[in-house]
Amino acid sequence: MKKTFKLIDLDCANCAAKMETAIKKIDGVSGATVSFLTQKMTIEADDVRFEEIMRQVVKACKKVEPDCEIVLK
Amino acid sequence: MTRKQKKTLYRILGAGVLFLVSILLPLEGWLKLGVFLIPYAVIGWDVLWRAVRNILNGQVFDENFLMSVATLGAFGCGEYPEAVAVMLFYQVGELFQSVAVSRSRQSISALMDIRPDSANVERDGQVVQVDPEEAAVGEVILIKAGERVPLDGTVLEGTSSLDTSALTGESLPRDVSPGEEVISGCVNLSGLLRVEVTKPFGQSTVARILDLVENSSEKKAQAEHFITKFARYYTPIVVFAALALAVIPSLLDGQWGVWTPRALNFLVVSCPCALVISIPLSFFGGIGGASKQGILVKGSNYLEALAQTGIVVLDKTGTLTQGRFSVAAVHSKGMEEAQLLELTALAEQFSTHPISRSIVSAWGGVPEGSRVSDVEEEAGHGVRAMVDGRKVLAGNRKLMEREGILDGSDPKHTGTVIHVAVDGVYAGYLVVADQPKLTSAQALRELKAAGVRQTVMLTGDTQGAAQVVARELGLDRFYAQLLPAGKVEQVEALLQEKGSREKLIFVGDGINDAPVLSRADIGVAMGGLGSDAAIEAADIVLMDDDLLKLPAAIRIARKTLAIVRQNVVFALGVKLLVLVLSALGKANMWAAVFADVGVSVLAILNASRMLAEHGSSHEKF
Repeated sequence: MKKTFKLIDLDCANCAAKMETAIKKIDGVSGATVSFLTQKMTIEADDVRFEEIMRQVVKACKKVEPDCEIVLK
Repeated sequence: MTRKQKKTLYRILGAGVLFLVSILLPLEGWLKLGVFLIPYAVIGWDVLWRAVRNILNGQVFDENFLMSVATLGAFGCGEYPEAVAVMLFYQVGELFQSVAVSRSRQSISALMDIRPDSANVERDGQVVQVDPEEAAVGEVILIKAGERVPLDGTVLEGTSSLDTSALTGESLPRDVSPGEEVISGCVNLSGLLRVEVTKPFGQSTVARILDLVENSSEKKAQAEHFITKFARYYTPIVVFAALALAVIPSLLDGQWGVWTPRALNFLVVSCPCALVISIPLSFFGGIGGASKQGILVKGSNYLEALAQTGIVVLDKTGTLTQGRFSVAAVHSKGMEEAQLLELTALAEQFSTHPISRSIVSAWGGVPEGSRVSDVEEEAGHGVRAMVDGRKVLAGNRKLMEREGILDGSDPKHTGTVIHVAVDGVYAGYLVVADQPKLTSAQALRELKAAGVRQTVMLTGDTQGAAQVVARELGLDRFYAQLLPAGKVEQVEALLQEKGSREKLIFVGDGINDAPVLSRADIGVAMGGLGSDAAIEAADIVLMDDDLLKLPAAIRIARKTLAIVRQNVVFALGVKLLVLVLSALGKANMWAAVFADVGVSVLAILNASRMLAEHGSSHEKF
């Protein structure tokens, strides 16, 4: 499943790159892009475990850039 | 400016005043340190706080941390004004950067401002205004003059002309009348239209285009991959180099006071931000600018490849020519010309091939399925069918030769010759011709001017017809009489002979040539407006039929890549220079701050030239 999320207060491009690297390391994530320009994040991950994976994604992002918030719909 | 940016601005001004006061006060020793710490705290508290927080999270090579170490280190070395100034300018630079990026982002979204806000839906005899996403397929919407078409649909009532320029870049309006399709994103110029919705908003043209452009940043260019990789190694290397520079020479000569400030300079230069922001921004700007002109690029990687175009392979029909055939001549043998035309038209009536359509329309009668049976179509050859109980065979010379009806060569005509045999006896031929588009010749000239080495035309048409078009338009090479599979083979052969650093692009209408589109380095489909197949199959979609968009796309790609190269060379060059000068003690912290944020801002401004080129909405920063 592929889903796109909005990001709020993503202020630095380097952080976006770091978030992307961190998310890609999470088990079950097959693809991720964090776009500083569109302030959006696209995650491609295992259907069944998606919610659990998203929790880990949020955690990983908090670690890299605590100011940035992911809008989970 | 956003509220956050304004707040930073006030902080910078406040800290600036305090800083000036600190410089003017004639204090010495601890008192001096104390006074300088005030503006430092005002301007730098958030950087320090984030540094601490990120360290706790295990983020060591973080920009905030490096700036904190550098400035605190400067305090430690007794360089109080430098420490405050560096932090101050770092924040000024960050603010500049933030404003420049959000401006660019705004002008890119202005470029793509085709999203409709609302739709007027007829419900229970009343017209209600709803979000386009809420309108269902089958509902009827009203579109007034001046409004943007919110959803794809079919006109039930009313005539008008539509401005498609936001989608195609083409300024000539398109007329619509009942029964015709309207496409979301166009602007209704004159009359009131009642339209039945045919697609939900999520699948409408507008939604798909926005989706494509926004997701284009997912397919990264090699240059972007390079930067990501570079950024990962650059910071740690510079930080360790700084450590080595502070410790090793100091242990040898004991002059810690000389080497430590030089090492702190390294830390200031250690963020790769200039590159990390400006390169994706350039590509995004290029893609945004292209979409403004009706050129959809599905990824940065395609824009990068487009800049290296060496060979352009074009389909003839519908790409170089108008794709509308008309019957130019009828030569019958042993029957009336009208009868030959009628028999052929009836036999061809079920075929969707453009040649068949032109014969049917030249005949002008209403096709009757009941008069025809046993229709068999052979791709690249022709059609056989039983018409009014007679066996009609219509097709090219190859078909006739195989059936043993004809030999020798085709009569000299500029168009395509369709031979007809009735009950196994030769009955004459029709000549169908397709004129080149008005802009094709100019587009091919511009391609050459844009640095394309070779232009090649592929066609299923006859050698004779192909030669006429190729000569008239000035193509370098052409291959005629190709079946769909033959086009793939030909493209593969051309791929073999191209240089290693150049790319081959194939341009077609995207409907019949999906295999070729995917085989080429870049597949370009024309006439994407309203054709889902074309949008799906290609890497780059030209929204209308104008071939001049192709050289325009290549020019945009070349310019984008030039800016990317300038930024890489400039940013790395300045940073390396400042690193070397710092190590030698020839550069102070001011130079280092310039190499960090100054370079970032300049690189961003350079990248935003990509927007200035096309956007009327561009604001000078």
